[in-house]
Amino acid sequence: MSAKEITVALVGNPNTGKSTLFNALTGLRQKVGNYPGVTVARKSGRCDCGDGLKVELVDLPGLYSLAAASPDEQVVTDVLLGSLEGSQQPDAIVVVLDATNLLRNLFLASQLAELNLPLAVVLNQADVAHEQGLKIDTQLLSQRLGGVPVVLTSAWKGEGIASVRRAIAEVLSKKTKMARLTWPAQVESALGSIVSAVQSDTGTAPSMADAQRILFSSNAHTSERLGWTLARREPVIRQARDQVRAAGFNPLAAEPLIHYAHLRKVLEGVTSGGAGKQGNAAALDRVLLHRVMGPILFTGIMLGLFASVFWLAKFPMQWIQAGVDFLKSIVAPALAGTPMLQSLVTDGILAGVGAFLAFLPQILILFLFVGILEDSGYMARAAFIMDRLFSWCGLNGKSFVPLLSGFACAIPGLLSTRTIEDPKARLATAFAVPFMSCSARFPIYALMCAAFIGPLYGPGWESVVMVGMHCVGLIFAVPTAFVLTRFILKVKPQPFVLELPRYQMPKPRDVLWRMWQNAAEFISKAGTVIFAITIIIWALCYFPRDAQMAEKIRAAEPTLSTHELQARMQAAMIEQSWMGRFGKAVQPVFDPCGFDWKITVGVLASFPAREVIVSTLGVTYSIGKGAEADSNHLRQAMQEAKWLSGPRVGTPIFSLAAVLALMVFFALCSQCGPTIATLAQETGGWKWAAASFFYMTILAWVMAVVVYQTVIRIL
Amino acid sequence: MTPLSQLLPGQYGKLSSLNPERAVDQRLMALGLLPGMVLKLIRRAPLGDPLAIEFGGQVVSLRLAEAESLIVDVAADCPVQRPQKLS
Ligand SMILES: Nc1nc2c(ncn2[C@@H]2O[C@H](COP(=O)(O)OP(=O)(O)OP(=O)(O)O)[C@@H](O)[C@H]2O)c(=O)[nH]1
Ligand SMILES: [Mg+2]
Repeated sequence: MSAKEITVALVGNPNTGKSTLFNALTGLRQKVGNYPGVTVARKSGRCDCGDGLKVELVDLPGLYSLAAASPDEQVVTDVLLGSLEGSQQPDAIVVVLDATNLLRNLFLASQLAELNLPLAVVLNQADVAHEQGLKIDTQLLSQRLGGVPVVLTSAWKGEGIASVRRAIAEVLSKKTKMARLTWPAQVESALGSIVSAVQSDTGTAPSMADAQRILFSSNAHTSERLGWTLARREPVIRQARDQVRAAGFNPLAAEPLIHYAHLRKVLEGVTSGGAGKQGNAAALDRVLLHRVMGPILFTGIMLGLFASVFWLAKFPMQWIQAGVDFLKSIVAPALAGTPMLQSLVTDGILAGVGAFLAFLPQILILFLFVGILEDSGYMARAAFIMDRLFSWCGLNGKSFVPLLSGFACAIPGLLSTRTIEDPKARLATAFAVPFMSCSARFPIYALMCAAFIGPLYGPGWESVVMVGMHCVGLIFAVPTAFVLTRFILKVKPQPFVLELPRYQMPKPRDVLWRMWQNAAEFISKAGTVIFAITIIIWALCYFPRDAQMAEKIRAAEPTLSTHELQARMQAAMIEQSWMGRFGKAVQPVFDPCGFDWKITVGVLASFPAREVIVSTLGVTYSIGKGAEADSNHLRQAMQEAKWLSGPRVGTPIFSLAAVLALMVFFALCSQCGPTIATLAQETGGWKWAAASFFYMTILAWVMAVVVYQTVIRIL
Repeated sequence: MTPLSQLLPGQYGKLSSLNPERAVDQRLMALGLLPGMVLKLIRRAPLGDPLAIEFGGQVVSLRLAEAESLIVDVAADCPVQRPQKLS
């Protein structure tokens, strides 16, 4: 961003349609959803406002008041004040209001007026207002607000977007500002005394908005930012608040009281009609939040979600598998002349990346359902239902969305913790998020279930284990959060003030777009990280080659057939490879969990990204199969794998105990570089990220040992 | 003079006092819940807590513990909305 660039900020209450409007104005694609708190960070894009005027448009998280409480709200005040590093105050503000609830939405606008910046008003969701029979006299409203442009839009339908562009151009050229309210005389003079005291103590005069934050807010953020010391400000603020009290207002309540009284007058005659709103919400809530039906439906929806992810994805997964096998069958003969290249392509790239890509359908379906739940408005209800359970471990319903997102991917889950006001509650939630069974854990569960649980115990048990594995993380996250909030962080009980939005038909465009974005991320990961790790693992398994291997084996066992010799040779090759040596060296650590050295290799290779396990197993177990790999599924190779030495010699490596231990290990272990980095970023340091890493990893190992040793004794 | 937490589902109440020192009450005030405002307890969550309350055309969740110190006058079903001064 160059210093000259004109910036315009989109500000408004949560869930009013700022991101939808942003997308319409910039042609970009920001995440949109029917839940207060979808946007949690600032995002910018270019907006063409006609006549060659291009501005940098900034989409911001929603907030109800400038008295910021949570970090996502803090972002907005920082942007508006230009106090963020490397940014300046925006040149103009576009306030996005929900046309169906003008009074409450105008409270923020009225506070923004005190910033004295050029400002335009957008009344969004005009289509809903129209449906409710609500009529708004925009001209009268504009006049009451001091002549700022007031534009009626339906951002989602793309209606009124051109007028928004025009309004931005207009306020930038005319510098139109919204009329400030007239404060009662004593309040005005109290504000005045703060302005002059700050000026004489710090040398710079604060804005009127800053003075109001100092006078009306119980926190000291603003004073601290201005460098106004406690000793100097204390008597001044006390005196100013006494003045406010003399006018008959509690200082901490004065701001909303005065603004709302003013706004009621502003709105007089502006709106008409529109009775009986929230109609659809009331009727649906009666069922979805019903004392008995509510929890039943909630459980049903969650179970249905996971069941359908599992079942629906089955067929496309098989197609992908078949496609990869087909590719192998074409490529293998073509590369027969160069065995090393053949092995690289078939055993390395196709086996590894193919095994990973097979899980794309599940990820698509999971995000499709999450998107539908969120855009319909159900997510906020789910948070409402779950709040009681969360409050037991010191969290609140707002932790629900981060935790549910965690089932898809921990990173968006961690980012959405920003809507939680209390820093300790946020930290505890962030600590719990990586325990949720993210989609990257899905591949290993699915592989183990399909290869062992299904064939041995039937498809019924397969889905039971699948659902069970998704609960393992949750089962450990709850006591972890409990101990953390009660004994370590000592979180105070949290308020839970969440607006329940209206229900709406999920918008296919938004839902599909979100699904696609997540899929694209997954695919690009397959093409980059997974591709690279696959090749490295392959190379470590392939080299060094011992040219005399054949003679050695033949010398030891002269009666072997050529075919047997071939198989022996390949097994011996991988064992003496770099990876084989390394895995064997570390294997004793994982021996109590029942992992052989190949699994150990997989576990170790998965620390940067846990989904690597599948591709690594794909490489380590298919490399011994050479050119005929096309007919050998990874599954089969694993089913046939036996212990070749040690006390368990001759028994299958993947016994039920080992299979369960491996899944439990992956359910709990901290194996995701990006998650650790995001955790550090969101909790403001490496301390909690490191704590999370060691806690989860040690817990995973301990539980894998417990599971293995228990199951092996029972069976 | 009843705590909001004791309203029955479907009952209206006129807010008579809240505690501006508390963060929750500050949040509610920003949403427009001011003394004199009529609100309706819509329902309790299936597990008994939190509550869903409606005021000014919006539905908001609120925990029982916080609703205890919001004092309302149980009102007939006539939403008159005039904010009063609070001192
Ligand atoms: N009917 C209707 N729905 C809209 C309109 N604009 C946005 N929406 C919907 O309102 C919901 C919220 O939209 P967002 O753009 O995510 O709102 P936001 O203001 O960015 O929300 P936060 O990021 O949570 O503050 C989404 O479900 C949109 O599809 C509109 O003009 N009409
Ligand atoms: Mg948004």
